[in-house]
Amino acid sequence: MTTSTSPAAAAVDPEAYLQVRDLKVQFPTEDGLVRAVDGVTFSVRRGQTLGIVGESGSGKSVTSMSILGLHNPARTKITGEISIGGKNIVGMKEQQLQRLRGKDVAMIFQDPLSALHPYYKVGAQIAEAYKVHHPSASKKEATTRAVDMLDRVGIPQPQRRANQYPHEFSGGMRQRAMIAMALVNDPALVIADEPTTALDVTVQAQILELLEDLQREFQSAIIMITHDLGVVSQVADDVLVMYAGRPVETGSVEQIMKRPQHPYTWGLLASVPSLHGDATVDLVPIKGNPPSLINLPTGCSFNPRCRYAGQNGNRSFSEVPELRPAGEPGHNVACHMSFETRQRLYAEDIAHAGVAQ
Amino acid sequence: MTDLAGTAAGTATTTTPAREPLLKVEGLTKHFPVRSGLWGKGSVVRAVENVNFEVHPGETLGLVGESGCGKTTTGRMLVRLLEPTAGKITFDGEDITHTKGARLRKLRQDIQIIFQDPYASLNPRHTVGRIVAMPLQVNGITPPGGVKRRVQELLETVGLNPEHYNRYPHEFSGGQRQRIGIARALALKPKLIVADEPVSALDVSIQAQVVNLLRQLQRDLGLSFVFIAHDLAVVRHFCERIAVMYLGRMVEVGTRQQIYENPAHPYTRALLSAVPDVTKLGGHGRIKLEGDVPSPIDPPSGCVFHTRCWKAQEKCSAEAPVLLPNPNGSISACHFPETGEVV
Amino acid sequence: MLRFLIKRLLLASTTLVAISIVTFLLFFAVPSSPAWVMCGRNCSPERIAQVEQSLGLDQPITKQYTDFVKGIFVGRTINDAGTIRECDAPCLGYSFRSKEPVTDTIERSLPVTVSIVAGAMVVFLTVGIGLGMLAALKKGTVFDRVAIGASVGFASTQTYTLGGVLLLLLVYSTGLLPNPHYTPITQDPLDWAGGMLLPWITLGLINSALYARLSRAQMIETLQEDFVRTARAKGLSARVVNRRHALRAAITPIITIAGVDLGAYLGGVVITESVFSLNGIGREAAQAVQDLNLPLVMATVLLAAFFIVAMNIIVDMLYAVIDPRVRLG
Repeated sequence: MTTSTSPAAAAVDPEAYLQVRDLKVQFPTEDGLVRAVDGVTFSVRRGQTLGIVGESGSGKSVTSMSILGLHNPARTKITGEISIGGKNIVGMKEQQLQRLRGKDVAMIFQDPLSALHPYYKVGAQIAEAYKVHHPSASKKEATTRAVDMLDRVGIPQPQRRANQYPHEFSGGMRQRAMIAMALVNDPALVIADEPTTALDVTVQAQILELLEDLQREFQSAIIMITHDLGVVSQVADDVLVMYAGRPVETGSVEQIMKRPQHPYTWGLLASVPSLHGDATVDLVPIKGNPPSLINLPTGCSFNPRCRYAGQNGNRSFSEVPELRPAGEPGHNVACHMSFETRQRLYAEDIAHAGVAQ
Repeated sequence: MTDLAGTAAGTATTTTPAREPLLKVEGLTKHFPVRSGLWGKGSVVRAVENVNFEVHPGETLGLVGESGCGKTTTGRMLVRLLEPTAGKITFDGEDITHTKGARLRKLRQDIQIIFQDPYASLNPRHTVGRIVAMPLQVNGITPPGGVKRRVQELLETVGLNPEHYNRYPHEFSGGQRQRIGIARALALKPKLIVADEPVSALDVSIQAQVVNLLRQLQRDLGLSFVFIAHDLAVVRHFCERIAVMYLGRMVEVGTRQQIYENPAHPYTRALLSAVPDVTKLGGHGRIKLEGDVPSPIDPPSGCVFHTRCWKAQEKCSAEAPVLLPNPNGSISACHFPETGEVV
Repeated sequence: MLRFLIKRLLLASTTLVAISIVTFLLFFAVPSSPAWVMCGRNCSPERIAQVEQSLGLDQPITKQYTDFVKGIFVGRTINDAGTIRECDAPCLGYSFRSKEPVTDTIERSLPVTVSIVAGAMVVFLTVGIGLGMLAALKKGTVFDRVAIGASVGFASTQTYTLGGVLLLLLVYSTGLLPNPHYTPITQDPLDWAGGMLLPWITLGLINSALYARLSRAQMIETLQEDFVRTARAKGLSARVVNRRHALRAAITPIITIAGVDLGAYLGGVVITESVFSLNGIGREAAQAVQDLNLPLVMATVLLAAFFIVAMNIIVDMLYAVIDPRVRLG
């Protein structure tokens, strides 16, 4: 059984700021070994945005936590390579990781209300993030920097707002403050984990635009982790679709959204209702539920939910499909079906439902 | 004004036969008192302000808007979980605004609610069978063939295995739990179901399963729905008629086609344009709303949307617009309604 | 804040008045009389009546109650079988038993209880919270297991068992510690501490166990909070994350519990005082109940209630100071 993704297929851009090769993250538990991430390879250049799409349990958040080295080494087994600006952080000492976190790599979390400390003023929390990487900066300098950042992310009256607590902010303002905190040290890589899921659509639009703006200004690489294909289609240059800890399809946003090749990606697209097209047509949902990461199905993990499993004899149930080129350059898919079969099925079954229309 | 809105609402429902509405809401208002300041100067949160709409038998009405727009409060008042501050709710020809006691229990058979969080709304110590049977037992109803048989039928209706009768909620996934909640809501053969964000806590692939199930139930059982959601695409997929709310007020009501293709109220347009659209890559040509929704304690004067509206003029901050019919057939509360299709 | 304080003070006074009335009524509902206790079983009915009259118990209850209340605020004159006693405000009456002003009894016994509780509190707040926090940070290790195992053991021990054993081991057999006794701190601080050492250890250890488990649970929960993850993602060192971010949030609920406990303990730690034969409020209260010594019963009950009510107000205000989300009103 092959378990790893062949690096040849999912080519890693040697110029990229972040390069992840065959990353595996496992948690030994009393119930067994949880294979949260089971061999992903991807890369992001500065100024580019990678969207990682998946449902809960797909391993997308675990991947992001490992890029920050936030997993407890005593309780996690990590293999593979995570290269940030040329330094491999897998196995790196905690002290070195601390110098990276918040400086080279920063993170924006989903729920800014719980991600900000309720007892400290917003300005102080941002200043703290600055001061930890600029030990020689005075308290006043750090505070000034915090106020500047609040201003930069579009918070009115930043001086006054810096002196308020997170609960005095609205949801959108809180997420802006969170972004200010993440960007205070000009990080080269920003990981945004469902940054707009807790927000209303009009505010989501504001935040996505702000992120794009800031990316243009700071030339940062962004990883946008989300379950929302809509968000991905707005901001991403490249997309990685994950299922049960493994990559099932990668490619440019155009390739993934307009010419998807994997039945799971099809499922996601056909099951999301759209603002256009025929509203009276039923959605085409993916049957069943995501699998347990302790007890993955043999062969292709998606086979119990795949409408086309078994098209190639027994391979779906016995052999783990590897990411292989899917026609166009940069487009890779992990599926046993032939390119021609996939083309035909997509046109026949999928293209008319949900947002795939 | 109520009259006008009423007739206008009539025009907006041309797709449904002109029968008596199943549910009629007139001037519905809810204020929550809050205290603030040193000596507790009492003020009120104007959560819902003079809302009017109708739901006809077999019709699905969507209530959409951003958080704090009053859609959930409205839903809770419909099922009488909250007492309205003012206004009138008529169900099946009967004024139910202040119904109490036995009559209210009877009413609860006809109007059911499905909640957002399938985890929190099921008692973890009860078996699925008991949870679904509960509404029957509480109301002392013995269906033909017995309670157990009816419960198993219901489980089958919502796509669960009837043999799972004796299992507990924790043994089910999120989507299955929401199905249990739906089975329970169906137990008493209600005429109207108020669904409050029924799919927003679910994973995308599971959401579609539940939306399809609700659509099928609606078709097969001829149920009426008040479907409360913030996800405009889900609402478009499920509802024939949509009411858009902003800051406790109804700003536009219309058919699916009117609202999604030809909305008249600037807020409706902004809301639609903010939804990230997979069919259009990159986020260009969006209508951008600045700032946040104002506080419902101290709403803006005149049209409550004027502080964020790009079309706002002097009149908008001075005079509150009333719901009026538009050329497109929808009714909206705007002094300067939009015309033309959305791109 | 001001509004909150006024509201709470009004509520507190109402509570105290209610408690005093209930205590009064309960006292007279008991099918016994202090006169019987004082004069013995074979007392003649005349003698009983005489004693009751001298104690003022022959008056209507309402009169007795109003006299009591009047005594607290303006003082009163007490006629005890011809002996006229001027009792200045705050007058809590005269002890039926010792005939001394109740205020004197309280003045004598309160410092004892305060000494015991203050020292024990220092022990269980430092040892208990310290152990709990450490155990949480080292969750799953041998240290954690031993600390939690030991605290389960101590928590299931009773004061009189542990106190008795320690007394036997540390005082009677080995003489490592002096016999527990009370010396005012103003008189001889060293002797004060020496005499209090054993009660501090006993009460301290048992409560440490409870506080250790409480703070461990709190800390473990807090360490899983999103804001702790954010702090780590900023690049802060583990020490700063734990101290500045996690500890501050984890300790807040514990402080409030400690405050309420303090209030309850200041009203008397009956068993600890009894085990070590220290005449604190608790022991006086227990004795007063046995003697049906109404003035002392009233005084100790009200004092205990006062401490609890006062600490509750203080804790709520403290909470508002620590947690900016809490708004009093």
